[in-house]
Amino acid sequence: MTIYGTALLSICLLFGLSVGRILGAVIGVDANVGGVGIAMLLLILVCDRLQQSGRMQPPTTQGIAYWSSIYIPVVVAMAASQNVVAAIKGGPVAIVAGVMVVIVSFAMVPIISRLGQSDAPPPNSHTLPTKDES
Amino acid sequence: MELLELLRQVLTKYSLVTAFAVIGVTVWGSYFLSDCLTRGRLHGSAIAILIGLLLAYVGGIATGGEKGIADIEMLSGIGLMGGAMLRDFAIVATAFGVRMDEFRRTGISGIVSLAVGVLMSFIVGALVAYSFGYRDAVSLTTIGGGAATYIVGPVTGSALGASSEVIALSVAAGLIKSMLVMVTTPFVAKYIGLNNARSALIFGGLMGTTSGVAGGLAATDPTLVPYGAMTATFYTGLGCLLGPSVVFMLIRSMV
Repeated sequence: MTIYGTALLSICLLFGLSVGRILGAVIGVDANVGGVGIAMLLLILVCDRLQQSGRMQPPTTQGIAYWSSIYIPVVVAMAASQNVVAAIKGGPVAIVAGVMVVIVSFAMVPIISRLGQSDAPPPNSHTLPTKDES
Repeated sequence: MELLELLRQVLTKYSLVTAFAVIGVTVWGSYFLSDCLTRGRLHGSAIAILIGLLLAYVGGIATGGEKGIADIEMLSGIGLMGGAMLRDFAIVATAFGVRMDEFRRTGISGIVSLAVGVLMSFIVGALVAYSFGYRDAVSLTTIGGGAATYIVGPVTGSALGASSEVIALSVAAGLIKSMLVMVTTPFVAKYIGLNNARSALIFGGLMGTTSGVAGGLAATDPTLVPYGAMTATFYTGLGCLLGPSVVFMLIRSMV
């Protein structure tokens, strides 16, 4: 049944969020620490087990796959409900701080990717396309 | 006039269904524009996110509210559809089909990127605030927190007793960051090697803004979303933890 997949997804999320909330409370932070990440790990583990033992029926899979495929529209709805006016009205300090931190963070991605590459297979060599499209 | 009022009642009463229809049509139109105008070069979902942000601006101007287009009663379902509940639900679902060993292989780089990402955001944000004339450690840390995410800023600010003006600034800085990441990631991706699970994990840890990372990766390559989202989800918690404590003490000792 499709609902089994959706229920499994729900239980993973609720469990992850609860652990994240408790983790936050333990370290004295009023925030959810990694709840979604814990839920993702749990879902991966449980699905892996179920699939290997052959207990994951195709309809169950659909109950998860649907939500995974609805992800981009959800992100569009999220963008449409952001407080864009406040962001722009924040003035130059907010804009400069936001722009600068994004530039520096982008620049750090290849640097950290290169660190510790020895313990991982090399990233794809076609990182830099020969033809510049933009 | 009467007819319009009846229509409005239906759309308002079934606002989540209205949201599915409106967002669906928006996404369809975006992919159409992507094919026709840019021949697929600018990804359809990137255009859809841009249109979403534009709608949010229009909604904010029209209603003076804080939830973008979702403040218009008929479209309030968009707020539910794009709210934390369904967003997190869909993000977790994207992890389905991901293989465990891919995470294990990148574990340490993920942790390093998180630590570097959070601290660097505070430093950059505080430096910008300093160059704009802020000199007290509380304001510098709060604006630095805003450069981390729009949740870290206000959490840090209220813990340290920052002024509401500074807290508002920190939220604005975080929002700018999140929007920029959503919109610019597809263009920057190829220059920073953002084309595999490992770099996506690092990207999530460095950027930290869940909405920005989720949107940016979705528009770049949807298969990378679970990796980036995974590390990004730890970022805000780590920022809220380090901001009012370690970072504040560091900044206070310097100014």
